[in-house]
Amino acid sequence: MPFIPHTEADVRAMLATIGVTDLDALFAEIPAGLERGGADTLPSPLNEMALRRLMTERAAREGSTLCFVGAGAYAHHIPAAVWEIATRGEFYSAYTPYQAEASQGTLQTLYEYQTMIAALTGMEASNASLYDGASALGEAILMAVRAHPDGARRVLLPTTVHPRYRAVARTLTRAQGIELVELPFTAGGGHIDPQTPHAQATEAVAAVVIQHPNFFGTLEEVDALTDWAHARGALVIAVVNPATLGVLVPPGDWGEKGADIACGDGQPLGIPLAGGGPYFGFLCCKTPLLRQMPGRIVGRTTDREGKEGFVLTLQAREQHIRRARATSNICSNQGLMTIAATIHMALLGPEGLRRVGLACHANLVRLLARLATIPGVRVLFDRPRFHEAVLLLPRPVTEVVTILAREGIAAGYPLATDYPALGEALLVCTTERHGAQEIDHFAAQLHKALGV
Amino acid sequence: MVIFAKSQHDRCNPAQMPDLAACATPTADAIPGHFLRHTPPLLPEVSELEAIRHYTRLSQRNYAIDTHFYPLGSCTMKYNPRGCHAVATLPGFQGLHPLAPAAHGQGTLATLYELQEMLTAITGMAGCSLAPMAGAQGEFAGVAMIRAYHEQRGDRERREILVPSAAHGTNPATAALCGFTVREIPVDADGDVDLAALRQAVGPHTAGLMLTNPSTLGVFERRVQEIAALVHEAGGLLYYDGANLNAIVGRVRPGDMGFDAVHINLHKTFATPHGGGGPGAGPILASERLLPFLPIPLLARGEDGFRLLDAAERPHTIGRLSAFTGNVGILLRAYAYIRLVGGGGVRRIADYATLNANYLQARLRQAGFSVAYPHRRATHEFLITLREEARTLGITALDVAKRLLDYGFYAPTIYFPLLVPECMLIEPTETETREELDRFVAALVAIRQEAEQSPEKVRGAPHTTPVKRLDDTAAARKPDLVWKP
Repeated sequence: MPFIPHTEADVRAMLATIGVTDLDALFAEIPAGLERGGADTLPSPLNEMALRRLMTERAAREGSTLCFVGAGAYAHHIPAAVWEIATRGEFYSAYTPYQAEASQGTLQTLYEYQTMIAALTGMEASNASLYDGASALGEAILMAVRAHPDGARRVLLPTTVHPRYRAVARTLTRAQGIELVELPFTAGGGHIDPQTPHAQATEAVAAVVIQHPNFFGTLEEVDALTDWAHARGALVIAVVNPATLGVLVPPGDWGEKGADIACGDGQPLGIPLAGGGPYFGFLCCKTPLLRQMPGRIVGRTTDREGKEGFVLTLQAREQHIRRARATSNICSNQGLMTIAATIHMALLGPEGLRRVGLACHANLVRLLARLATIPGVRVLFDRPRFHEAVLLLPRPVTEVVTILAREGIAAGYPLATDYPALGEALLVCTTERHGAQEIDHFAAQLHKALGV
Repeated sequence: MVIFAKSQHDRCNPAQMPDLAACATPTADAIPGHFLRHTPPLLPEVSELEAIRHYTRLSQRNYAIDTHFYPLGSCTMKYNPRGCHAVATLPGFQGLHPLAPAAHGQGTLATLYELQEMLTAITGMAGCSLAPMAGAQGEFAGVAMIRAYHEQRGDRERREILVPSAAHGTNPATAALCGFTVREIPVDADGDVDLAALRQAVGPHTAGLMLTNPSTLGVFERRVQEIAALVHEAGGLLYYDGANLNAIVGRVRPGDMGFDAVHINLHKTFATPHGGGGPGAGPILASERLLPFLPIPLLARGEDGFRLLDAAERPHTIGRLSAFTGNVGILLRAYAYIRLVGGGGVRRIADYATLNANYLQARLRQAGFSVAYPHRRATHEFLITLREEARTLGITALDVAKRLLDYGFYAPTIYFPLLVPECMLIEPTETETREELDRFVAALVAIRQEAEQSPEKVRGAPHTTPVKRLDDTAAARKPDLVWKP
């Protein structure tokens, strides 16, 4: 029996101890007629050897050998050591560290994670992770509305924020009577003109969301936007990519006072693309907002002999204590992913992260220079950008993407569904992993696919 | 010592970073200065070896399934097969971008589609979405679907969700997040939902009832069909919290019990790792009437292969829960696990989990411990109460839990459910041997003996863990959440 260690003799002896004759007797309290199985139609068992054969064949069907898609998930280098350590059984098969004395490994690692992600974002506190960047934005909005002193329930959500983050925020806040007001972007720059929010200034605003770099890869005027929001009594929620923060000003330093909440997806910090997950969401804040923070938080304390130790803390915010009055219903988070990200950040250090950011940007500059030689290809928006850009193509994007897919190239993310007004637009991304040859190869294949 | 204290300025790992030439950009294309960070973040500056030693040593300060018996009630800490991990992390799966062209993800999508079908069969429901990233998010999806169902019918007076008093905290928290008020329903002396109280509570304001079956008291809710009929007759819907599915999987289907929405914790019943608190996965299943509201994306099989359905094709969906496709890597592990155990094996999970729990309960009773519901059959877990020991010996469930750590066992869930004083919720799972269970009984007997002879040893526990009992109060009063130099 796979993963069930009982011998026949065990079963006999155990049933005798219980005082029943067979296994069915253990289910006697289930009303007659309710037991109808359900697993009979499932396939017969495979051993690990056969499973491996099946799954190897399926994994081999995945076709991307060269990826220029970003849009919220990024193919970065991950040091081999990261997952070697993170998948040690002691991390991999432990659970939420309720018994602190038997969970110091997980707890200390999470404390170090909180320190690193807070340092990276320039914030004062962090929780121990949420599910992903999009749900972290949803929680950040709920948190800002709870914290707003005047009870405002209006949140400005620019259309330069990842369309799927906005969709998730809508799902998570719908039942709370929160109004999410979308702000348009400029046609020329693909960013929020700092004058734009004034049109919304007639009513109280609880928070303004700023994604930077934004979904198009464009840099926003974060200082002006932050100061505007604060002058209006609104909180600022920053959505950031942690891989940019070795290079870019952190949200904690935006404008005069800095953003109040910073969130985003931690995937660029050592998490493989893996078809979309598991990744992890991070959520950081300034100290005054701490008690509105959802999710697990680890604190440093001492044991009865005065020795340093770590515990889950501020649990009075959480569902298992507060039930219907909790700050969130979250229970499990993405623990193992944050452990991997912590090891990743420790291996890269400030200099490694800075170089990753610079190389991502340098590769985008190289790619755009190369694409400028292809007739009919235009780069949309004239603002500074980080490692993503929007291309306008002289041929339908879906056709181009399909042609390049046959060559093993994931060309980019087509924007037609989310931004139909942009026309034949493709969002492309570079990371430090792209070499000069790969950039040339992509440009050459794109040129060929365009038939120009 | 935290890793920051080991940091030395300018120490770095060139093997893990791009070289300077790769970082160079012509001045005209450089990022303008006012966007640039001037103070480097406080990240550790340590060698690769130092980092490896640090985190390897930290890992050794954990108890885990791979090192210790982990009878944590309501968490189903069974063995996480390494083979499932190995196949889910094959390079083809790991390298797939979630927004890559569909033609590039057919291996993943085919596997997820099969998983969707298998979970639908196992639960006896009409359809499944793999989108939720944890049990609590599955709950959110289920209750949001119930809300959407009533709203679509114009039935706007249904503002209340009923929850038994023994429910997990996530149930009322989820109902509140979905905009409902919560009313708790008591349970009777035998651990079943109090039907008279339920009858009083249901009415035109009832949106639904959330139920875990077997309940968190470790017993099967025997009148579940009557409960379902009562709620349905009042116009409400039924939500099944799948936290305890391990007890009945392959034997009883939530769909046959009358539930309209069901979530499954794949990290419990289907053996995916708990990872120190996640990632989990909480697929949500729907009865026929809730099908249109399932969260996106859903997987569909078309002429050109498998693809994801989004809002355009699912106009009534409650929406998106994650930026991409949910916790795909966890879903692949669960699929691998179901394939390894196979159809008949799924039922054996419930059989042997129940055998282990009943055996452990019987042995502990023989040893003189008080079972909370002695007239009931244990399911895959059971409750004991140390009320007597607390009264006569002055030791608490917390003391015993901490002392168990010294004996090499992770502690059971304590003080949950709140209804039973000084309780321990014990769930051994099917993957433990009889010898391990016997050792656990011996440890509890020995601890009780210690409590009689030298109670300070128990009250002062743990003694052998990397740290002694920690000061939670100080941690909450003056939160130290990030390290400062």
